[in-house]
Amino acid sequence: MRILVIAEHNNEELQAATANALTAAKRLAEKTGSKISLLIAGYNCAGVATDACAIAGVDEILLADCPALEKQLPENFAPYLVELVNQRSFLYVMAPATTNAKSVLPRAAALLDVAQISDVIDIVDADTFVRPIYAGSALETLKSCDVIKVMTIRASAFDAIELTGGEASVENLAAAADAGLSRFISESVVESDRPELSNARIVISGGRGMQSGANFTLLEVVADKLGAAIGASRAAVDAGYVSNDMQVGQTGKIIAPDLYIAVGISGAIQHLAGMKDSKIIVAINKDEDAPIFNVADFGLVADLFEALPELESQL
Amino acid sequence: MKFNELISFISAYLEFSILKSSVEGLKNGVIMKILVGVKRVVDAYIKVRIKADHSAIDIEKLKMVVNPFCEIAIEEALRLKESGVATEVIAVSVGPASCQEQLRTALALGADRAIHLSTDEIAQPLAIAKLFNAIVEKEKPGLIIFGKQSIDGDNNQTGQMLAALSGLPQGTFASELSFEGDEVIVTREVDTGLQKVALKLPALITADLRLNEPRYVSLPNLMKAKRKPIETISVADLGIDITPRLSTVTMLNPPERSAGEKVGSIAELIEKLQTEGAI
Repeated sequence: MRILVIAEHNNEELQAATANALTAAKRLAEKTGSKISLLIAGYNCAGVATDACAIAGVDEILLADCPALEKQLPENFAPYLVELVNQRSFLYVMAPATTNAKSVLPRAAALLDVAQISDVIDIVDADTFVRPIYAGSALETLKSCDVIKVMTIRASAFDAIELTGGEASVENLAAAADAGLSRFISESVVESDRPELSNARIVISGGRGMQSGANFTLLEVVADKLGAAIGASRAAVDAGYVSNDMQVGQTGKIIAPDLYIAVGISGAIQHLAGMKDSKIIVAINKDEDAPIFNVADFGLVADLFEALPELESQL
Repeated sequence: MKFNELISFISAYLEFSILKSSVEGLKNGVIMKILVGVKRVVDAYIKVRIKADHSAIDIEKLKMVVNPFCEIAIEEALRLKESGVATEVIAVSVGPASCQEQLRTALALGADRAIHLSTDEIAQPLAIAKLFNAIVEKEKPGLIIFGKQSIDGDNNQTGQMLAALSGLPQGTFASELSFEGDEVIVTREVDTGLQKVALKLPALITADLRLNEPRYVSLPNLMKAKRKPIETISVADLGIDITPRLSTVTMLNPPERSAGEKVGSIAELIEKLQTEGAI
């Protein structure tokens, strides 16, 4: 049996979530005796493929390097994937649950006439998987009767695979056609020297209690001392304090850092869905009845405008 | 046929079908119809429970509402109609008779008419996409707007699947739309920030949180909605196989996190975190 994993990358380097998805693939491979192929689809992305050869447990690298796949536009990428899966008899298609994969995979699944299993957090056997529903209020174990299983993997539920020690070879694939339905215009990538929110060891997040975007500098100075990434609740993003890529929660990023510090966040279930698997949770909130304290390992009832400068000075 | 030949064949076919349908969806740059997906879900503020036999979530007697992301989709469609970009808004829902309640809400918000695809069977995303596709073929909308996900299943699939089956381009996680000629420019909320793409109309959009802030239903509109038509189509009559591909083995509660301890000061907090090796 064969497993196809779709790499998340920016044409220059592999994104961390790929390594988590590969661990899920490896677990599945062990249960099913499958081989793992990693697809690098993009443009001028040969360097990514070269680096990926060293990943432990990957049997082959498939490189689709062509203009039509530069931004992995679903209109071009999904039919290409379908042909690849059919031609090479892949029985599993997996990708980390990034915004890219969430766009492309359901489109490919529908073209394959199979269901998609979203946000897989555990692999039970060849047909059986676990995924959260209702903002993580329940974990559903489900069995697929489709021959081809398409799934996105929740990166925070799997450790990253070893990126060294492997020696896979690269096979160049044919170019994809441009379906002529869509074109990329631009992107505003938020540049930051801080660790990436999705896989940072420490995350400090601000909520509505921050009161303004400018006040996020109070979090930034603490983050700099801790080497932490900065996140936000939906309320803070909706209020325009910070950009959407910082949102942690059911419909934003789902993370599980070693340490999560929630500042001025009340702790709605939709927010908890994005961070409750963190190893240690700290809550700083002036409302002692805030639900965030029900999940916090350490809670401090305090005014964040006093607590944050104090935290910064004592670190 | 070689792989790349096949691909060009497929894309040529897709382009052909788009050209064909765009004539029907657009008239003098105005979108004739917007189709909006509406899903009935448990209110987001209710904490749900799993049934004792672990087979499903117990939704009986719970307050049911329009999925919040579908509300945003409806709102966007209404604004496009109000600004003259579109002429008609059609709300569509799949499910048992009870989901007419949510279609009524869509009508009260301002949708012109509604279509209820009636079934008592559970329809999974692929099945829903197939059912919607039958409506797309019939109504030939110039634009389709879905919510990016429903807050019960959290699948985030149906819009993309419908776009695939209808051969339409898709703009997922949309936070802004603008229309230029025969294209819609979509600003998308992606992991790294914001991305802008141009899609040939007709197209399918899935709404993210920041696309707009939905309006409330006003009383006069609620009264007016009672006179608006809901067309009911029996799913059984469509000849589409909606047999679930995924079956529930069990449903369990996630491991509970319990409240830890309160600390009295920043100094104490730092000391605790150092002891834990967290910092």
